[in-house]
Amino acid sequence: MNNTIDTSEKKIRSLLEKVTDPEIPVLSILDLGLVREINVSDSETEVIITPTYSGCPAMDVIRMNIQTTLLSHGYKNIKVTQALSPAWTTDWMSEEGKRKLKEYGIAPPNPRQQVCNQKLFEAAEAVQCPRCDSYHTHRVSEFGSTSCKALYFCDHCKEPFDYFKSH
Amino acid sequence: MNALINYTLHLADNSLILGQRNSEWCGHGPVLEQDIAITNISLDLIGQARNFYQYASSLINQRGKPLNNPASEDSLAYLRTEREFKNCLLTEQPNGDWGQTVLRQFFFSQYQYLLFQQLQNSKDEQIAAIAVKSLKEVSYHLRWSSEWVIRLGDGTEESHRRTLKAIDELWMYSGELFQPASYELLILNEGIASDLDLLKPKWEEKVKEIFSEANLPVPENVFIQTGGKEGRHTEQLGYILAELQFMQRTYPGNEW
Repeated sequence: MNNTIDTSEKKIRSLLEKVTDPEIPVLSILDLGLVREINVSDSETEVIITPTYSGCPAMDVIRMNIQTTLLSHGYKNIKVTQALSPAWTTDWMSEEGKRKLKEYGIAPPNPRQQVCNQKLFEAAEAVQCPRCDSYHTHRVSEFGSTSCKALYFCDHCKEPFDYFKSH
Repeated sequence: MNALINYTLHLADNSLILGQRNSEWCGHGPVLEQDIAITNISLDLIGQARNFYQYASSLINQRGKPLNNPASEDSLAYLRTEREFKNCLLTEQPNGDWGQTVLRQFFFSQYQYLLFQQLQNSKDEQIAAIAVKSLKEVSYHLRWSSEWVIRLGDGTEESHRRTLKAIDELWMYSGELFQPASYELLILNEGIASDLDLLKPKWEEKVKEIFSEANLPVPENVFIQTGGKEGRHTEQLGYILAELQFMQRTYPGNEW
């Protein structure tokens, strides 16, 4: 590997900061908590990522963007590995990420409830409107424009909005 | 090893076939939000299927296949024949009306919810990892489909009548979910597959609960259709595969 390339984890992280979610371009994959591990050896740079939802089509694009970003900075033999366990949770999203989401108009995920069973899961969750901060909102649909979002409506400012599901 | 491969394929096929069925609603849902909902569920199911197929193909290739023709998630989905598919008959049944689609989803999601809860503790690490991941998604499918069964069952005279008809159409396929296949029994004692005998009463209890809220009767003494898990399917599967596999069969190795 070229000696002038900084192979520290810190440097690689700063490059991955530029890889964003193609469906929510304000969030980097670090904000989302998708990067689990970075392993650098003399012969290889490995980035271990975990998918958000099993069928999320953004994952293939993200995988490719990690490759091209690192390649364009001179890294060679890049391996992007997918790890399913432990399963991704919105609790891994950074505070910075949640702030950016809200600014972008998507309600950030609530912290995940620790005592979770089917009954509690079915209980309605209070979701704050990202525009007017009111909790006077209701769910329109469990599912939204992407796997990770649900559709909500604000009964206060009368605007519909996306909620990044707590997962 | 063979039993584990077959079991993994069974889990994959269940998700793929129901995912494919649900996707037929794309652009035809009763309202926009529900069109999006059912296709989101499709996406989750196809994602689960991909994870299981990827695992199955790695197992098949470990077992020893010619190097120039290794198994892949694509070859398993697109190049197997009807008799090689191990999905339950329930998943291949036609969409019918919206009531039939949501009832089929409710039966299946309730089953998957209980199944993945058990498989989280499977001795097979990869199956356990996929189960943990999928369980989160299935929780949404279950909540959504339960709400719909109640809404339609306890809705108008027409929605009630149609839901009764859906029960008539689908109940006979629900029992197979809990009938272990030969390959399943082989790995049950190793702690890899889940014990379906334990799931069945829990499934029935939950269905009873939702049905009673929906004003729907729970059928009794219905003859149970089986065979899908061993590759003996209803006529429906052939049509699904014809559509699903058409591109790869006609243009082998074609890429998007």
